[in-house]
Amino acid sequence: MNLLDPQGPVAAANSTILVDSVFIMLVIVVPTIFAILGFAFWFRASNPKARYQPDFVYSGRVEMVVWAIPALTVILLGGVAWIGSHQLDPAAPVRGTGSPVRIQAVSLDWKWLFIYPDQRIATVNTLTVPAGAELNFQLTSSGVMNTFFIPQLGSMIYTMNGMVTKLNLRADNEGKLQGLSAHFSGDGFPDMMFDVNVVSPLAFPEWVATTAKTDAVLNEDSYKKLMQQGVEKGRPIYRLEDPRLFDLIATQHIPPGPGPELLSDAGRPHSGGHDAR
Amino acid sequence: MLGKLDWSAIPFDQPIPLVAGAVVLVAILGVLTWVVVKGHLPYLWSEWITSVDHKRIGVMYILLASVMLLRGGSDAIMMRIQQAVAYQSQGYLPPEHYNQIFSAHGTIMIFFVAMPFVIGLMNLIVPLQLGVRDVAFPTLNSVGFWLTATGALLVNLSLVIGEFARTGWLAFPPLSELSYSPGVGVDYYAWSLQISGVGTLVAGINLVTTVLKLRTRGMNYLRMPMFCWTTLASNLLIVAAFPILTATLAMLLLDRYLGFHFFTNEAGGNVMMFMNLIWAWGHPEVYILVLPAFGIFSEVVSTFSGKALFGYRSMVLATMAICVISFMVWLHHFFTMGAGPDVNAIFGIASMIIAVPTGVKIYNWLFTMYGGRIRFATPMLWAVGFMVTFIIGGLTGVLLAVPPADFMLHNSMFLVAHFHNVIIGGVLFGAFAGFEYWFPKAFGFRLDERWGKLAFWFTFLGFFITFIPLYIAGMLGMTRRMQHYDVAAWRPWMIVAAIGMAVLTIGVICQIMQLVVSIRNREALRDRTGDPWDGRSLEWATSSPPPVFNFAFNPDVRGEDAYWDMKIHAQQQSLERDRPEYQDIEMPRNSPTGFVCAFFATVMGFALIWHIWWMVILGGLGAFATFVVFAWRDHDEYVIPAEEVAAIDRINLEERRSLVSMAGTV
Repeated sequence: MNLLDPQGPVAAANSTILVDSVFIMLVIVVPTIFAILGFAFWFRASNPKARYQPDFVYSGRVEMVVWAIPALTVILLGGVAWIGSHQLDPAAPVRGTGSPVRIQAVSLDWKWLFIYPDQRIATVNTLTVPAGAELNFQLTSSGVMNTFFIPQLGSMIYTMNGMVTKLNLRADNEGKLQGLSAHFSGDGFPDMMFDVNVVSPLAFPEWVATTAKTDAVLNEDSYKKLMQQGVEKGRPIYRLEDPRLFDLIATQHIPPGPGPELLSDAGRPHSGGHDAR
Repeated sequence: MLGKLDWSAIPFDQPIPLVAGAVVLVAILGVLTWVVVKGHLPYLWSEWITSVDHKRIGVMYILLASVMLLRGGSDAIMMRIQQAVAYQSQGYLPPEHYNQIFSAHGTIMIFFVAMPFVIGLMNLIVPLQLGVRDVAFPTLNSVGFWLTATGALLVNLSLVIGEFARTGWLAFPPLSELSYSPGVGVDYYAWSLQISGVGTLVAGINLVTTVLKLRTRGMNYLRMPMFCWTTLASNLLIVAAFPILTATLAMLLLDRYLGFHFFTNEAGGNVMMFMNLIWAWGHPEVYILVLPAFGIFSEVVSTFSGKALFGYRSMVLATMAICVISFMVWLHHFFTMGAGPDVNAIFGIASMIIAVPTGVKIYNWLFTMYGGRIRFATPMLWAVGFMVTFIIGGLTGVLLAVPPADFMLHNSMFLVAHFHNVIIGGVLFGAFAGFEYWFPKAFGFRLDERWGKLAFWFTFLGFFITFIPLYIAGMLGMTRRMQHYDVAAWRPWMIVAAIGMAVLTIGVICQIMQLVVSIRNREALRDRTGDPWDGRSLEWATSSPPPVFNFAFNPDVRGEDAYWDMKIHAQQQSLERDRPEYQDIEMPRNSPTGFVCAFFATVMGFALIWHIWWMVILGGLGAFATFVVFAWRDHDEYVIPAEEVAAIDRINLEERRSLVSMAGTV
């Protein structure tokens, strides 16, 4: 999950900006640290060679330089931030080969549901994508906030109930990656890590075909069962009954998840799913 | 009768909080018994609990902060151990317990350690530096302190009665709404902060008024010590920002108690509004904390370099620039919420702009050292340690202000390392520097240097051993608040961080040892001159500890570094005048208003948390009645006769005559 080992163009561009910014600042920061240590050491009271200049308390030239150095650095970095924010806006399109894959992600308590509306399938806690294709994510949440993040593919984005956020990514190399939720969402939060399988463009339709043969069906009823609080250790797969399911969730036609059941009337409710531990 | 409260609120099944609670309870009872048996209670009551003396209140603030630092630190140790062991296992803390610990850690460290520490130092020192006898509103000051203590008490009560919030220290909805957090945890959180927030607000109003309206003759704005400037800036921010927090939490409480829908998923509530509001307070808050620390470092660097502060006017400008810009950057806390590129870029650049005045401050301290004659007493070690540490925190902070970099690092362990870098390396180092620097002023004896230096080195090294691994874990994709994890690459860094935590703990133990050793050797460490560090500002012009009226005569100020000036020219009126004409001094009377008010606030807060409505009414009426009784008081001041002032001041004068003649020869 190393941020400096990107597996897609978005992550690569983000981490380039990250590294460049650090180096731009190090140019200023390293000499400053040495100056602090150097001045502190040289002007120690016990050093007879150091000249005591108690009246050196103002210098217009020094003032100009000390305002200019951070200001120039910030102007440079501000340019990086402005251009970077526009080029790497999470909703900005990412060019890819073949037709883009639409994926609708829903954060549940405490698992990830990935709906492929065009392929009419859905998966939980595992995301399979073809290498090289543009991935158009639409994201929402069944209840509390989460953040969708695949470190090696790039930008993260919040998921919020009643709202849809957009994110475009691309995975360049076949292989297994990991994703996670990057916004604390309750007791099962650490179990919201998910697998990302990047497969070849040829293998992807095969995987879709295999998945579509499953008996399990995702519709409003099975979704409501899925959104009960609890941790999912397996990797369930579903046929999607209604390709508009995501819209029903995002527009709150399906009401938000219920939260924990209050077992004790006193202050300490037992945590939702007992498998949370 | 007792609302939601019954025996199930006591966590009999969880040994850790129960044992911790029992230990604390035994300790408190032990201290109370000792106080009563030894007959110290009347002294404590009349000299401390009801005191409206800004110095006493300052000391009590710092004491509260120190005790809570131990509580917050224990939480930190538990978290570091949990993350070191919870690889492919559940560790030793179940999620519902771990989640309370990190929420309590953040809440305590910000609201009940950092805030009272800096407010305590400002209370203790600012009136002395301004050359005045007290703050603008002495009784209100006492109320502010005791309400902060109420908040701290309620947070600790949650350890054994009920639970604390399991939502993180900012309690984001919808997780903190009734449907997802039905327990009393969020209520403990919100009511503690509401009550202590009132305390902070009145402290802010008090200090702003003090700096603006109470300055001694000749102390115009551009002669004020830098600490007074940063106090002004910080308290202006308190007055502007804390009402936002109060309003935001009030809305959350309305959602939870009366079924409103400000931030719920249903009925048009909007969580994004909460994010904006809480950070519109939250970002100024970090500057509320760090600006006073900047002031402390300015005093320390200048005193121990034997030079006036370099670029004083530039420093004032930088301070006020930070004060204003800090209100325009809050959105950088949620670049990943899906705002457009224009919004993200503008707030990213605004955030970077704050780095300019901050960088200028670093350079001005650097050039204050240049040409100085630097003595490395403990406060100066903290100051140099701060400069090095804080620059690194500044670098990572500006990095996080670049939106595309933040898209990778938001909410990660990198972020955790960054804000600890600036809060420990900035605020806590500053608080420790101020503590070491002004302790002799408050108590009349110095702190042991050897233990002080050990404390510095262990804390300094411990900080890096703990937080550099967290930076690296963040670069490896690790997010914050993980109760357990399965990623092998993160494990070694969590273990190193736990070792760093052990080193930090040794630092804290050294700090405690320093206090113990210094109190035992206090006669040897006694400071009779009132000016142990060869200081430059007016707090050193009076005895240590200062008399209740601070100055027998309000000093006349003729330039920056007022006391240094007086020493050089040996022309301080009160020193040079052969037969000073002492006059009666009027001082505010002590008042139990603050304590009684806070008692009723505690009752009311507890009752609100547990829905015990009759008790809410009782507490509310009690607090109001206390205020009414105070408002209708007949006598609010007492007179210290001129003879008594003279007697106290003559001792002080004798002690320092020799010192002044020595300084005059420099």
